[in-house]
Amino acid sequence: MSQTVALPTASLTARKASIGDPLFAGLARGSGILVLLLLGSLILSLFIGGLPAFRRFGPGFLVSADWDPVREVFGAAVSVYGTVVTSVIALILAVPLAFGIAFYLTELAPDWLRRPVGTAIELLAAVPSIIYGMWGFFIIVPIMSQYIEPPLIDLFDGVPVLEDLFAGPPFGTGIFTAAIVLAVMIVPFIAATMRDVFETVPPVFKESAYGVGCTTWEVMRSIVLPYTRVSVVGGIMLGLGRALGETMAVTFVIGNSDHINASVFSSGNTIASIVALEFPESAAGSLKLSALLALGFILFVISFIVLAISRMLLRPKLKA
Amino acid sequence: MSATTTRAVPGRAKDHQVSRALGRRRHRTNRVIKGLCIAATVIGVLLLASILATLVWRGAAGLSLSVFTHITRPPGSDGGLLNAIAGTLIQTAIGTAIGTPIGLMVGTYLAEYGRTSALANAVRFVSDVLLSAPSILIGLFIYQLAVQPFGGFSGIAGCLALAVIVIPIVVRTTEDMLQLISPALREAAVALGAPRWKVIVLICYRAAKDGIVTGILLAVARIAGETAPLLFTSLGNSSATGTLDTPMASLPVAIYQYAGSAFDDWVQLAWVGALLITVGVLLINIIARFAIRGRS
Repeated sequence: MSQTVALPTASLTARKASIGDPLFAGLARGSGILVLLLLGSLILSLFIGGLPAFRRFGPGFLVSADWDPVREVFGAAVSVYGTVVTSVIALILAVPLAFGIAFYLTELAPDWLRRPVGTAIELLAAVPSIIYGMWGFFIIVPIMSQYIEPPLIDLFDGVPVLEDLFAGPPFGTGIFTAAIVLAVMIVPFIAATMRDVFETVPPVFKESAYGVGCTTWEVMRSIVLPYTRVSVVGGIMLGLGRALGETMAVTFVIGNSDHINASVFSSGNTIASIVALEFPESAAGSLKLSALLALGFILFVISFIVLAISRMLLRPKLKA
Repeated sequence: MSATTTRAVPGRAKDHQVSRALGRRRHRTNRVIKGLCIAATVIGVLLLASILATLVWRGAAGLSLSVFTHITRPPGSDGGLLNAIAGTLIQTAIGTAIGTPIGLMVGTYLAEYGRTSALANAVRFVSDVLLSAPSILIGLFIYQLAVQPFGGFSGIAGCLALAVIVIPIVVRTTEDMLQLISPALREAAVALGAPRWKVIVLICYRAAKDGIVTGILLAVARIAGETAPLLFTSLGNSSATGTLDTPMASLPVAIYQYAGSAFDDWVQLAWVGALLITVGVLLINIIARFAIRGRS
């Protein structure tokens, strides 16, 4: 490309163009560098903001489960625990659902149905997260507290370990409800990624498997999944990355408590939800605000790692 | 010879039986899994239907002209959402106006200049991370950058936060669309003596227009519904509208504040706001999808 542009002409327009070209190229390159600076300053600003809290509590900030604004003692453990547990449960619920949808859309659905159903799933991803919060709070929470949680608590009553995992009281809000709402939110992302990578499988592979008499499921299990394994994991990581940082929906339904409880029906909080809730009550320059920014920094590190892995796994297949 | 045939006959029959049984099992498994997949898809579609039905059912009841003509007022005094709607329109417009040119240039750099250079790969990676980065962190970042140093929440800080979200979305679609353009088109323009920047602006942008517009529309739809980054930047405001240096209301933040309140008319307003924002966002999405479809 570059050789073709530098055409040897001496006219006035060519000289004007020779100013325009470096200017435009410089502008494009500068914008690229701006994006790098944006992420750099994002990390730096969170770290600097969190520095007073990191200094005050040291590495213990990560493992301390104390969150007491009155005594000015802050620890990240409760929120980190809530963030990880809700996201992992959400993944466990979302992955089979997303796989089923992607399988249906690529192999089973009749042609005329693929587009409308695919669009519906994509629209699910476009619904603002605050709407999921309201829907979760006004629709899912009552269902959970009346129909789902009491039978589960009764069912596992007396069974060791499970008894503690599914302990009451059934308020409806809590870690499990937050995970369900998160799962609904990340299903479209995972399903769309899976569908896209499933479609990268060369038809001839599938045709030869069908040719020797494989059923649709056998083709999926023995041809499509092995071929797209890495990208499928990448798509799941992308969903995990989304779930980790989700704020508004979780804030509505998680119940917001500063304690770790073994039961998945108990209230908790996540990094994003505690930041959203406690930020308005934190004065500028206070230690509490610094602790919240430090939490933000931790969330950034966790989601950065997850998103980086996801991208490394996904990029080669979808770009090729 | 005859010995083998006599032994083979019952064997072959048995093989047949076994394979038939196996085949039945394989097909049964196939049917069960197909059924589960259809169920999963039905669940997915029903979830969307449930959300939309909830919004219409709860929101339509409170829909009236005063929602659009009155600003937010104390509970019990027939308030509306005028300032929140205006705030969302203003901040979305300015956020898009700031973020789009930057995203467009970055996408241009990646597709036309940097390609596979180390810098371009780094920019591509960072942009992809920003695309999925928690939006609440972008809010905290802008708080540190544009709220704390200037001593107050402001509408412009909200616009900046939204612009940061717009950039990676526009980068992604711009780069993808520019890469789809055939090199022959560029070469033809270059052969006529056009400088490179003119080739990009007049030929490539025009050829990729539909895709780029789709990207911008998707970005608008995304930021119009964002709540978390606005909590720490434009904060929300129950009275004034239109000034960018003071806190500014927005629909998502108003919904957040009202939905959690104890007053029935505020909760009702929150549902109306939720209905408005969702219908708007989904409509923009559908329009954007039709633009892509027209292209491919």
